[in-house]
Amino acid sequence: MEDKEEKGWSPYLSGGLTGLVIIVAAWISKQYFGASTCFVRISGYIEQIFSPGYVERSDYFSRFAPLVDWQVMMVLGILLGSFIASKTDGSFKLKAVPDMWASRFGNNPVRRAVFAFLGGILLMFGARLAGGCPSGYGLGAMVQLAVSGLVVVACFFAGGIIFANIIYRGSERK
Amino acid sequence: MNILVNGLITGIFFGFLLQKGRVVRYDKQIGALRLMDMTIVKFFFSAILTGMVGVAVLHNLGITRPLILPANIGANIAGGLIFGIGWAIIGYCPGTSVGALGEGRIDALWGIFGMLAGAALFAEIYPLMSETIMKWGAQGSVTLPQILGINDWVVISIFIIIGCAFFYWLEKKGL
Repeated sequence: MEDKEEKGWSPYLSGGLTGLVIIVAAWISKQYFGASTCFVRISGYIEQIFSPGYVERSDYFSRFAPLVDWQVMMVLGILLGSFIASKTDGSFKLKAVPDMWASRFGNNPVRRAVFAFLGGILLMFGARLAGGCPSGYGLGAMVQLAVSGLVVVACFFAGGIIFANIIYRGSERK
Repeated sequence: MNILVNGLITGIFFGFLLQKGRVVRYDKQIGALRLMDMTIVKFFFSAILTGMVGVAVLHNLGITRPLILPANIGANIAGGLIFGIGWAIIGYCPGTSVGALGEGRIDALWGIFGMLAGAALFAEIYPLMSETIMKWGAQGSVTLPQILGINDWVVISIFIIIGCAFFYWLEKKGL
């Protein structure tokens, strides 16, 4: 069981092939990778259900209007692609608490859900302030040698490495 | 072909490869941030280095045009660091959270709800920041070759050399 879980493809191979997907997307669709903008669009779409006029007046939702574009479909595709890959090699597993989280913070799924939710708020706020996420700045901007991509990706890792080491301080490394 | 269909197909390939590389897991993401398991870093930079070469060829041949996110250094740094803190807590990024859900990781769904809430929160506060912090250190859509005044291919070659040396070092360290 554990073996089946761990035996994926080499990250160099799967990463290199992802590079090819990036090239083909730029060539055929004239689109660059990104994922966080579509969260703004979907968020606006949900808010619109409750108060349509409010979303129309919002500066931010005017810039990133609630609509289905290439990126929304791409992110939906990620869900499908991951489902297909995991179902076909037996690594699909319903799981509410990741192993490493459980080893540090316990097996309570509610606790994990609350922190995943709070972490998600913080992460998306940061991504939108920065102007994008690892997909947009790494796979979209760094690929085009953008200065913004280098700065933001360095800060993603800097913030993440520092904070992960703070919250896991003293816990076992294996 | 329809642009939306293209997006879906691109995403299916991307999600398939993310899952095959085992990049969508919390343990892999946090393993990298704790400097224990560099799987996601190898995947990420392999994709970037490969993409860099092909996209530069497409730009040079005039097949595609650059679409560069602007450098707003203040917002880039502040937002990047806030993202990093959130990332250390949730253990997924926006793209991989969706991939994690695809392989059955239910906790990613709560993370996705949080991200949607975070986007709504940002939209509320945006008017206060759009002319202040988000304009600090604005440099426009610049690339590294432009500010250094050297050819794209020199920069790409340097990235590839640094990248390969870094990968070699990671393998040697067993990370």
